[in-house]
Amino acid sequence: MKIPILRLGRLLLVSIQEDLTDNEAMQFQSDLVNKVAEIEALGVAVDITALDVVDSYMARVINDTASMVRLLGAEVVICGVQPFVAMTLIEMGRDLIGADCTFNLDQGLEQLKTRIASRGDIRFAGDEDE
Amino acid sequence: MNEPASIERLPIRTHNDIVTARHAAREHSARLGFGRAYQTRLATAVSELTRNVIQYVGEGSCLIEDQVDAQGCSIRVTVEDHGPGIPDLALAMADGFSTSGGLGAGLPGTRRLVDQFQISSEPGLTRIVISIHKAP
Repeated sequence: MKIPILRLGRLLLVSIQEDLTDNEAMQFQSDLVNKVAEIEALGVAVDITALDVVDSYMARVINDTASMVRLLGAEVVICGVQPFVAMTLIEMGRDLIGADCTFNLDQGLEQLKTRIASRGDIRFAGDEDE
Repeated sequence: MNEPASIERLPIRTHNDIVTARHAAREHSARLGFGRAYQTRLATAVSELTRNVIQYVGEGSCLIEDQVDAQGCSIRVTVEDHGPGIPDLALAMADGFSTSGGLGAGLPGTRRLVDQFQISSEPGLTRIVISIHKAP
């Protein structure tokens, strides 16, 4: 299964709707990082509301992806971590330390725009056609 | 009266089997009425253990057994492989230890997710049994 990456101006939105196999998770990572580079995205929001299990492997893929995206120059936010996922990850000794999180996609987009603006990038992230 | 236990045996051979096993663990725990926190813990623990099988050995099995009786209900999951075994169990169970560069949560992380955790390992057979319980 290929995860759709939606473009909104210079932002990218990804919603992971299904439990991924390890290979699909790696494919997602590579697709997203390449897409960020291709369009020189200013920000990326990854919505994981639908994931009811995030094991240490998936947590690492998400962390690494967030770090890679930032290394390229984009802001990143993870949206919708489920409460039981948060409890399990912390009990297990894992964390999504590589990324900032928000409750939902709405807040994620707001945060991205704020951060992009505070970086001194004056282009409004959602309005640009080019 | 004890209800008949439901038993499911899953082969663990590919990455897809990890997903199948964690879904099965969640379904069993949901069916027995465990709360979502327990469902998530068990599914995650099964995911970690079956991934170890794929990562270190390549092939194994996952057995999920439900038990319902007067003491409540429980789910026991047995993950086995016939690989070389874990050379130093005490070390493998120590927090922060990993032979694979910290890729997984490790056995200690997985142990914290469940009510019971037993491990035995020798060349040719590594067996980890985990379980969660719920009062009636």
